[in-house]
Amino acid sequence: MARLIKNGAVMDDGWTTLALSEGETAEAVALPAGPVLFPLPVWNARKDEILARGEPVGLFLQDDDRVEEVAADLAHFAVIAVNFPKFVNGRGYSTAALLRQRYAYPGEVRAVGEVLHDQLYFMARVGFDAFALRDDKSAEHALAAGFTTFSERYQGSTDQPLPAFRRRAA
Amino acid sequence: MYQYDDIDRQFLQERVAQFRDQVRRWKSGELTNDEFRPLRLQNGLYVQRHAPMFRIAVPYGMLSSAQLRKLAFIARTYDKGYGHFTTRHNMQFNWPKIEDCPDILAHLADVEMHAIQTSGNDIRNISTDQFAGVAADEIIDPRPYAEIIRQWSTFHPEFAYLPRKFKIAISGSEQDRALTWFHDIGLHLQKKDGEVGFRVIAGGGLGRTPIRGEVVREFLPWQHILSYCECILRVYNRFGRRDNPFKARIKILVQALGIEEFRRQVDEEWAFRKDGPDTLTQAEFDRIAAHFVPPAYDTLPADDLGLEQHKHENQAFARWVERCVHPHRVAGYAAVTLSLKKHGQNPGDITADQMDTIADLADRYSFGEARVSHEQNVVLGDVRKSDLYAVWQAAREQGLVTPNIGLLTDIICCPGGDLCDLANAKSTPIAKAIQARFDDLDYVFDLGEIELNISGCMNACGHHHVGNIGVLGVDKNDSEFYQVTLGGRQGNDAKLGKVIGPSFSAEEMPDVISKIIQVYVENRHADECFLDTYDRIGVDPFKNRVYEGRAHGKAKANERKVA
Repeated sequence: MARLIKNGAVMDDGWTTLALSEGETAEAVALPAGPVLFPLPVWNARKDEILARGEPVGLFLQDDDRVEEVAADLAHFAVIAVNFPKFVNGRGYSTAALLRQRYAYPGEVRAVGEVLHDQLYFMARVGFDAFALRDDKSAEHALAAGFTTFSERYQGSTDQPLPAFRRRAA
Repeated sequence: MYQYDDIDRQFLQERVAQFRDQVRRWKSGELTNDEFRPLRLQNGLYVQRHAPMFRIAVPYGMLSSAQLRKLAFIARTYDKGYGHFTTRHNMQFNWPKIEDCPDILAHLADVEMHAIQTSGNDIRNISTDQFAGVAADEIIDPRPYAEIIRQWSTFHPEFAYLPRKFKIAISGSEQDRALTWFHDIGLHLQKKDGEVGFRVIAGGGLGRTPIRGEVVREFLPWQHILSYCECILRVYNRFGRRDNPFKARIKILVQALGIEEFRRQVDEEWAFRKDGPDTLTQAEFDRIAAHFVPPAYDTLPADDLGLEQHKHENQAFARWVERCVHPHRVAGYAAVTLSLKKHGQNPGDITADQMDTIADLADRYSFGEARVSHEQNVVLGDVRKSDLYAVWQAAREQGLVTPNIGLLTDIICCPGGDLCDLANAKSTPIAKAIQARFDDLDYVFDLGEIELNISGCMNACGHHHVGNIGVLGVDKNDSEFYQVTLGGRQGNDAKLGKVIGPSFSAEEMPDVISKIIQVYVENRHADECFLDTYDRIGVDPFKNRVYEGRAHGKAKANERKVA
């Protein structure tokens, strides 16, 4: 079972991700049981069926998926995973920021894919609260140093909506 | 200028600690080269042809004398005794060791300097007018806004991994001296019915695909500048291309969407953010602006008799005053450009001794401050007219008074293929060869204002597209060639030059420039500068002269094959 950093600890991940194999389609793929992260096309095609399972539902967003598409569905998701196909591809930061800031999504927003140590601080700032750190990176070092890089923030974001200038002593 | 408080200082200390840890993990193999690369770039550290290149931020070009002395110390201790000023106000060191960079950053932090976001796909150093706060044609001092934007953009969590680099420039004067039309975001401060605001331009840039920016919003009240920039950046971060680095700048997105659609998307985003917590407050503006209040100027007569006397007696000094001394908004004061374009030295290079000299001059004559211009010279902003002669004498000893500012040999030039890994061709030897050809300063002076810009590759660090004469180094069958453009210009009417034809070898370049200058000299009217003549007679007379007797196109290619 993959490891996940959440709430300042390393834990086992109880979710599985439905990935379409070659030749499988969103319309026809078998829906597994248990807590599953569904890719956006599967969710769009099979919404009613997925909900009828009566089990926790998660959404898996690729970097170029548009959050606006699922704005009305957010209440159904316990977890939204945002994929970083490469760690230098920063689209996911805006995805998480939109989920939290514009849609006030209260569930888990999870960073998956190429999630490395030196991006954790920024990920946490924009609203990620779960991190599927890549297996070859040290979760201990991440917990010790990855989230406390800077003790202040100039600009507002999800973790602290007020920019420093609204918090500085007058 | 801006003085750090505890929060600002804490950021720098934590940044040094973060980078030390990153270098340690890279050396131990915990971080791969690919993983370390964007991290070192966000600290201004490139791996170059001979050694790393380390780029230090000079926010909106402002330097204190203490900062200049620290840069001199770093140049002597960790480099070969000199540095290089870039076209975006930054200082580059070309010979440090990677292992020394955390220590260099620690030294810089002592004087409130850093290398944060001087490279990488993030929001870069904010640039502005080198005469900000003192220019006679200034409407609003852009520096408080530049500092506000600097703080907002520093470690912005959402925009640290953009599709490509992102550059912002602000101008607050009648005449744009910050090349705002060719930045990812260009901002023009203006007043409308007594209210201060910005004209917001987006999607400009030089580089491989040079494009003049387009107006996104004609007037944005100043309180909204951060939220509006956030929205532009968010649209870019989400929808800018990431499949091809050559198509990844915001200019490509703006062109693909069209300015109307781009504006619609920004405004749609802004509808959610407008009037939110990042709306600037008067208190914050006042807090920042207090750092930029005018210094304690003396009440002086507009003209200084001693200055006139020295000009009368000393022609070299008079010429320097004409080219290197600029009008100031306060009577009896002037701004002075110290030329880093002495013939025969790399344009923009500055020795540690020169840095120390400028620091001393700044302390003695200009309230302890200096500025870097995007033309790669250093400016003393607030010199009494009565001190100009003393400044000239002292600066002359360090080779800083070449009276060529705005003239043909005040060449903007990137470091080029001697040092830079990206370059297709050397650039500084071309600059030096042209300076050698035009070494008669009387003649250069007589030619009047001409901007000559040289880049060693299409990344355009030397801004060749907007030079009146632009020179671009290109690689042809593993040989270095140079393409020439004419008619480019910066300023309010900034536009791109036109390529005149096939490229030239390095040896041909001084002759090519001579021919272009001859055509100008033969055709100019008494009151015309180079651009005036060019605009009147067009490109053809220049082309005809430069390519006279030369085979073109296929014939030229055949000629080369035979050779």
